[in-house]
Amino acid sequence: MSAIAIESVQTRRFWGLAAVGALVLGAGLLGAWVMEHHGHVITGMTNEIVWGTPHVFAIFLIVAASGVLNVASVGTVFGQAAYKPSARLSGLLCVALLTGGLMVLMLDLGRPERFVVAATHYNFTSMFAWNVFLYTGMFALVALYLWTLMERRMYRYSRPAGIAAFIWRIVLTTGTGSIFAFLVARQAYASAVLAPLFIAMSLAWGTAVFLLAEAGLNAWRGTRPAPEFQRRVAKLLGVFVAAVLYFVVVYHLTNLYFAKQVAFERFILLDGGIFPALFWLGYVLLGSAVPLLLVWRPAATSRALLGAAALVVVGAFAQLYVFIIGGQAFPLEIFPGYEVTSAFRDGEIAGYAPSVWEVLLGVGGVAAAFLIVVVGVQVLDFLPDETPAGVRAS
Amino acid sequence: MSEVDKSRVAARRALVAGAAAAMAGVLLAPGIRLVEVARAAPGPNKPGEPVSSKVRWGLLIDANLCTEGCQECVLACNRENGLDGRTRPTDSQWIRKVELKDLRSGRKASAPVMCQHCAEPPCVDVCPTGASFKRADGIVLVDRHTCIGCRYCMMACPYKARSFIHETLTTQKPEVPRGKGCVESCTLCVHRIDRGERTTACAQACPTKAIIFGDLNDPESEISRRVAQVKTTQLRADLRLNTGVRYAGL
Repeated sequence: MSAIAIESVQTRRFWGLAAVGALVLGAGLLGAWVMEHHGHVITGMTNEIVWGTPHVFAIFLIVAASGVLNVASVGTVFGQAAYKPSARLSGLLCVALLTGGLMVLMLDLGRPERFVVAATHYNFTSMFAWNVFLYTGMFALVALYLWTLMERRMYRYSRPAGIAAFIWRIVLTTGTGSIFAFLVARQAYASAVLAPLFIAMSLAWGTAVFLLAEAGLNAWRGTRPAPEFQRRVAKLLGVFVAAVLYFVVVYHLTNLYFAKQVAFERFILLDGGIFPALFWLGYVLLGSAVPLLLVWRPAATSRALLGAAALVVVGAFAQLYVFIIGGQAFPLEIFPGYEVTSAFRDGEIAGYAPSVWEVLLGVGGVAAAFLIVVVGVQVLDFLPDETPAGVRAS
Repeated sequence: MSEVDKSRVAARRALVAGAAAAMAGVLLAPGIRLVEVARAAPGPNKPGEPVSSKVRWGLLIDANLCTEGCQECVLACNRENGLDGRTRPTDSQWIRKVELKDLRSGRKASAPVMCQHCAEPPCVDVCPTGASFKRADGIVLVDRHTCIGCRYCMMACPYKARSFIHETLTTQKPEVPRGKGCVESCTLCVHRIDRGERTTACAQACPTKAIIFGDLNDPESEISRRVAQVKTTQLRADLRLNTGVRYAGL
C-alpha cells in the first residue's frame, strides 16, 4: 500500500474514532445535565454514600493521569533511551486523562455552575483547595514539558522540565491520596499509608493505560508495534502492580491490628456482600494475581501483555469501588460500645445502586480523554514513529 | 435679565431644591427608620456588628431525661427550618433521635444528634471554598453562596450531621435559606439567636427539658452550671474536636 493510501485510511478511521468519542462524550454531558436539572436524587448517591460512581471514574482518571507520565519520566529523568520516543505520547495521555477526570469531578458537584467560586475562593486547610493548584500546575508543567519535547530549539530544556513534572506528579498523587488520608472520622480512610498507596496505584494504572493506548494507536495508525519496548514497559507494570499489592496488604494489616477497626475489615474483606467479592475476585485475583502471572511469564505474547494491562484497569475500578463506596457504606462509629438505630440510618450498612446518569457521566470522562488523544495524535506529532508498517523503506 | 425673569428662575430653583429634599426624604427615611428599628432589637448581636467570641453557644443533652421514641425536638426543628420531615436516604435531617443499647449491659438510652458545633470542625478544615465556616460565637454554618456541593464536609464530619439537598425544594422559609445542590446542617437556630432569642426550636419543644441551650462561656448560665455539676461527655471525644454539644447520661 502506498503512503498516501495509508494516510487516507488513517484519516477515515480518525473521523470514525472522533465520532464515537464525541457521541459517548455527548451521552456523558447529557447525564451531567440531567443530574444538574433534577438534582442528585436521580443518582444512587445518598446522605450515606456521598461520593458515588462519578468519583470512582474521576479518581481513576486523575490518578492514572499522573502515572501515565511514567514512560516520559523513565526516558527523560532516568535517561533510558528506549523510552524517549514515547515521551510525547505519554504527556498527551497525561493531559487527556487529567482533563477527563476533572470534567467528571466538576460536573458531579451539586452546583457545577459555581466553578468560578471554586477558582476564586480558597481555604488552604483543605486538601481539595490544594488539589486545585496541583491539577492546574500539572497541566502547565506537562504543557511546558511537551513544548520542550516537540520544539527542537527547546529540547535542551526537556530534562529540567521532565524532572519538574516528575516531582509535581508525585506531589499531586500524594495530594489525591491525602483527600482520603485526612478524613479522621472514617474507618476506611485516615491512614498515612494512603499517600504512598496512591502513588503506587498511579504508577500501575498509568502504565497499564499507556500500554493499551499505544497498542490502540498502532492499530489505528497502522504503525509498527515495538514488541521489545512493550515487554519492557509490561515488566515495569508488573513491579508497580506488586507495589500496590504490598501497600494494600500493609493498609489492611494495620487496620486488623487495631481492635477498633476489626469490624470494618471484616465488612470489607469477609461479609460485606459485593465489597469482599470485588476486592478478592476483582482486585486481588483479576486485577493483580493474573496480570502478574501474565507479565512475568517468560516469552509472554503481546496479546498476553495487553490482557494483563486491561485486567489491571479492571482491577483498578474494582479496588476504587471497594475503597470509595465500601468505605462509606460502613456506618460511622459515633457511639462505640452501643447498638444504634435511628431514622437517619445510624449503625446501618448503607445501600447503593448507581443510576444510569452517573455511569454516563463517568464514561463521558473517559470519552473526553479518548477524544483529546485521538484529535491530538491526528493533528500533532505525538507518536514515536509514524512510518506506517506497510510502507517499504526507500 | 428682567426682574420678572429673575423671579421665575428663583421660583424654579426653589422648586428643584424642594423636590430634591423631598426625594432625599423618601429615599433615606426608611433606611434611617430601619436602622432605628434594628438598633432597638434585643440581644447583643446588632445588625452590622460582628458576633463575639466572648460567647460560645452550645447544647447540653441529658439522655437520662430524653424519652425513647419521642420525636418532639425533630418535629420542632423541621417546623422551624422548613424541612419536610421525610426520612428517605436522600432527605435532609438536621436532627435525629438515636436509640442506643449498651452492648455489654443492655442498658437502653435515647438522645438527639445534630451538628455538634465543634471548636475544631473537620468540615471547616476540608471545605475547599471556605463555605463551611465557624462563627466567633461557635456556631458552625454553611454559606449558601459559596458552597459548590462537593460534599467533602460530609465525608469529613464524624457525626453524620450534614445533609446534601438532592432535589428542588419548595418549602423553604425566608429566614432559613436552603437550595438544591448545597450541603446543610443544624444552624443552632442562628436566626433566632441573631434576633436576640435565647433558645433553639429543639430545646424549646423538649417536653422533659432534656435539651438545654446556652452560653458555655458564661459560668452563670444554666448550661455551664449543669456542665459543672454532672458528668458530661462529647461524642467521639477521642478526636478532640471540643464540641459545643455535650451529653449527660451516656
